[in-house]
Amino acid sequence: MTTTRKTPLATDETGANGQVEGAQPSNSQLETAPETIHHLLDVDALSRAQIETLLDSSEGMLEVLGRDLKKTPALRGKTIITLFFENSTRTRISFEEAGKILGADVINVSVSASSVSKGESLYNTSLTLQAMQVDALVVRHPHSGAPHFVARHVKAPVVNAGDGLHAHPTQALLDLFTLKQRIGALDGKKIAVIGDVLYSRVARSDILGLAKLGADVHVSGPPTLMPSGWQPGAAPVEPGMESVTIAKRIEEALDGADAVMTLRIQRERQDAGHLPDLREYSNLYGINKARLALAKPGAPLMHPGPMNEGVEISSEVAHGDQSVVEEQVRNGVAVRMAVLYAVCAAGKEQE
Amino acid sequence: MTESNSHGDSRVVLSSDDLRRALARISHEILERNKGNRDLVLVGVQTRGVHLAHRLAANIGSFEGFEPPVGSLDPRLYRDDPLQASVNPVRPTSIPVSLEDRPVVLVDDVLFTGRTVRAALNALSDFGRASTIQFAALVDRGHRELPIRPDYIGKNIPTGKDERVWVKLAEVDGIDQVDLIRTAPVGAEA
Repeated sequence: MTTTRKTPLATDETGANGQVEGAQPSNSQLETAPETIHHLLDVDALSRAQIETLLDSSEGMLEVLGRDLKKTPALRGKTIITLFFENSTRTRISFEEAGKILGADVINVSVSASSVSKGESLYNTSLTLQAMQVDALVVRHPHSGAPHFVARHVKAPVVNAGDGLHAHPTQALLDLFTLKQRIGALDGKKIAVIGDVLYSRVARSDILGLAKLGADVHVSGPPTLMPSGWQPGAAPVEPGMESVTIAKRIEEALDGADAVMTLRIQRERQDAGHLPDLREYSNLYGINKARLALAKPGAPLMHPGPMNEGVEISSEVAHGDQSVVEEQVRNGVAVRMAVLYAVCAAGKEQE
Repeated sequence: MTESNSHGDSRVVLSSDDLRRALARISHEILERNKGNRDLVLVGVQTRGVHLAHRLAANIGSFEGFEPPVGSLDPRLYRDDPLQASVNPVRPTSIPVSLEDRPVVLVDDVLFTGRTVRAALNALSDFGRASTIQFAALVDRGHRELPIRPDYIGKNIPTGKDERVWVKLAEVDGIDQVDLIRTAPVGAEA
């Protein structure tokens, strides 16, 4: 066997049966054990090995989610606070369910961003929650970088549940997990990402994660909804996205794709003058049966939700055979279980 | 990567033949103890316990003509000691049948502190109330920290706390062999 494995001599004081658990990576291609994850703030900071370990764990968590008795004592006695400065029902519920299945106590805090003066208030909130001995914080905020700010001021691990235009790492992980389940290893697989990349933290995190796992990412969307400097036919200028292609035409992005990811268009973008008309957007960039047919037969169609049916995605394909939208939601719980378990475990290892 | 014997002495405590014979004996003992009960289920602890459980099931199949179903269990989420989640992924648990009112044999490669068994017993109880749960280990190396004892043992190997038992199985390691490895004390002269 050509497998390289960690030496079985590494000290194992944790009471495993005398077998060194670190010596048995389930995916033996891991040459070195990935470093522990303390905060999960963006995909940028994750190594490929860390992503793969989280995705492997998600598989174990998905099995727990499917049990009749879906409760484990893994995070018993841990308190997780979800701190949402921006509305989001599905992400908050997903984190809450994930924490509860792992046995943690989950407290949800919703704060209206307009009611707080930024900066200092976020600082004080962080210190207050720290004083309450919170074991992990899940933060969503309309301003990019807010979870990073919180992470600098609390000892507890912070998980970014979406910040401004910056990142939404758990969405990226659940998308990667869904893709892996559907089409296997992502190396060399062509993935089309269609829509509003400029305002989409999901797009940014997804593209980075896909690139890290070796996927061949092709992006397409209206020029007004592409980040500045993104030239059709070239690669984005962002670090970590060198392998990504910005398609000249949407058909090029979709042609023969192994999977199609469509992004949510926010109606407020039209008010801001980025889109002349939602119907025009739908005509040019909406994923419908004809466009989906350009991709490989049976290619999974993904959407981070909530969907604007008839705008970025037609109802026919949104509820068609190739749609994996509901799987994404289900997998989201499993992936967030893996993330919460990993960061709470990292916290414990540091003691 | 580091060769296993560069950190200390390594000696073989079970050869491939020893291992095969031990598993054959345990298979007979399981049948004898359970009086050939056809409801029997084997559940291996991830990763090597699962391979051992499959071998025991195959043995039972050839001795008795019925092969008990084999499940796999990752007790990680039930452990009470420092987690290693970011290093080792949690693996799916697969229990093919309800354990309700069936005799279950839990199988692991090494019995050491007993903490994995404790976690596994808690995990198993989430899959139904078994009529009995028995425990088979290929190697018992002592140093129990909990009141847990095996029902079936391949070999007792007295060990020091600074020693490691490495069960190698063909399915994972390309060879059937059990090594006892003495780790060199920190700072010791070569």
